Amino acid sequence: MPEVKNRQAVTGAQAIANAMRQINPDVVAAYPITPQTPVVEYFAQYVADGAVDTEMIPVESEHSAMSAVVGAAAAGARAMTATAANGLALMHEIVYIAASSRLPIVMPVANRALSGPINIHCDHSDAMAERDSGWIQLWAENAQEAYDLTLIALRLGEHEDVRLPVMVNFDGFIISHGVEVVDFLDDEVVKKFVGEPKVKYPLLDVDNPVTYGPLDLYDYYFEHKRQQIEAMKHVKRVFKEVAEEFEKISGRKYDVLDKYMVDDAEYIMIALGSTAGTIKYTVDLLREQGHKVGLVKPWIFRPFPKKELQEILNGRKAVVVLDRSASFGAEAPLYEAVKSALFNVENKPLIGSYVYGLGGRDIKVEHIKQAFEDAFVGNLNPDEERYLGLRE
Amino acid sequence: MAELKGWKELPIGGVIDKPATAKEYQTGTWRVIRPVHQPENCIHCMMCWLYCPDQAIEIEVVDGKPKMKGYNYYYCKGCGLCANVCPKTNDKLPEEKRAIVMKPETEFQD
Ligand code: SF4
Ligand code: SF4
Repeated sequence: MPEVKNRQAVTGAQAIANAMRQINPDVVAAYPITPQTPVVEYFAQYVADGAVDTEMIPVESEHSAMSAVVGAAAAGARAMTATAANGLALMHEIVYIAASSRLPIVMPVANRALSGPINIHCDHSDAMAERDSGWIQLWAENAQEAYDLTLIALRLGEHEDVRLPVMVNFDGFIISHGVEVVDFLDDEVVKKFVGEPKVKYPLLDVDNPVTYGPLDLYDYYFEHKRQQIEAMKHVKRVFKEVAEEFEKISGRKYDVLDKYMVDDAEYIMIALGSTAGTIKYTVDLLREQGHKVGLVKPWIFRPFPKKELQEILNGRKAVVVLDRSASFGAEAPLYEAVKSALFNVENKPLIGSYVYGLGGRDIKVEHIKQAFEDAFVGNLNPDEERYLGLRE
Repeated sequence: MAELKGWKELPIGGVIDKPATAKEYQTGTWRVIRPVHQPENCIHCMMCWLYCPDQAIEIEVVDGKPKMKGYNYYYCKGCGLCANVCPKTNDKLPEEKRAIVMKPETEFQD
């Protein structure tokens, strides 16, 4: 385990801004939006202090922010932005263009409820609206993971077999504004880890001129989509490779799935983001009472870890999936994907869907217990969506 | 038309990885009406050459002056802009007096 030299109490936003300082990207273009604002504020301070060489572009909207980083990345720059909620929604058009142009932009997203009605607090509806955009989605549980995953994201996206943009999701306010203890790596260690930008088809290489964004009709568009599908298939392998390297410098282990007390677990809960922390605590409480419970938290949601979930969920008594977003008129996004992954497993567990925490509604130990207890008594219905912490 | 490549052979991201590939694109396959040059009526003003969106007007320089030579039908997509801007071509002139005549492709064998 490498020695911890730099342990600080910081917010998740500070942790991410510090990761960005250490990465020292060529270009950052961003527009402030709650609760992402402090990330950009802290980073702008680094720019003003001359702590980074970054060209910072204060744009007039998120649509422009994403457009600017697309242009920068196409030019061959290491480019980053950050956003949340309606900002991400405003980027939507260009979010797809970044992925289909195969530009490895890294974007922390402070997950926040989408309007309307207007709400600034945490849920996952912003990122879920982009789940088919072709971006890799990493999900952090706390400030430490937000920092670590931002560094890993950079290497993952730029990898020759991947070449895709990466969204680092960290729960708005809960992670972005909550103060936690974070172990930072040395600047030099990060510099070595991220290395020089790995560019492909840079527009600035005037000796080898290329065209980005040409019209791509029925004769080639389909083939380019197939390439994106293929790139996603390499993500899990490359993530594991990068995570292994990251472990050597940090002592912190990452994988496709974070598994907590699952080895002998009969009942497994699945959730993304900060709620996993509350679930781990609840798992401990329930274990004290003799319940064999565990948690699986996907660190990667896109590409979806289907095979890994099939292996781990096969033969369990029950699986409870918690979603912090709803899909109106259909099943919630995480639940839908888990349920579909289970179609082909030999010993299907009972499965249930619980939507919680919309618009920042608090999720408590008692809510998590309630969902687990439904599972204990076999009171789960795969076709019924239930709600935690909602008034009837 | 060049043979279409499979997804494994293409550069990623829809990038075109070499310059001037439009030269390989036979826009002439789009043509349904064909402009035909009648040199006896042409005053070599170069309006057609200036306006043609596909650079399909062929010229030669004689005594330092450009001369309209005819069409490159590999690229000419038959839009008719040349006939539209030609000062020696309009609907009121009988066909044999025009510098450019637009004819249906069905009248040609090639
Ligand atoms: S525009 Fe008409 S007159 Fe002028 S060069 Fe072309 S064909 Fe000749
Ligand atoms: S018809 Fe159109 S494409 Fe063909 S030569 Fe005239 S202007 Fe050019």
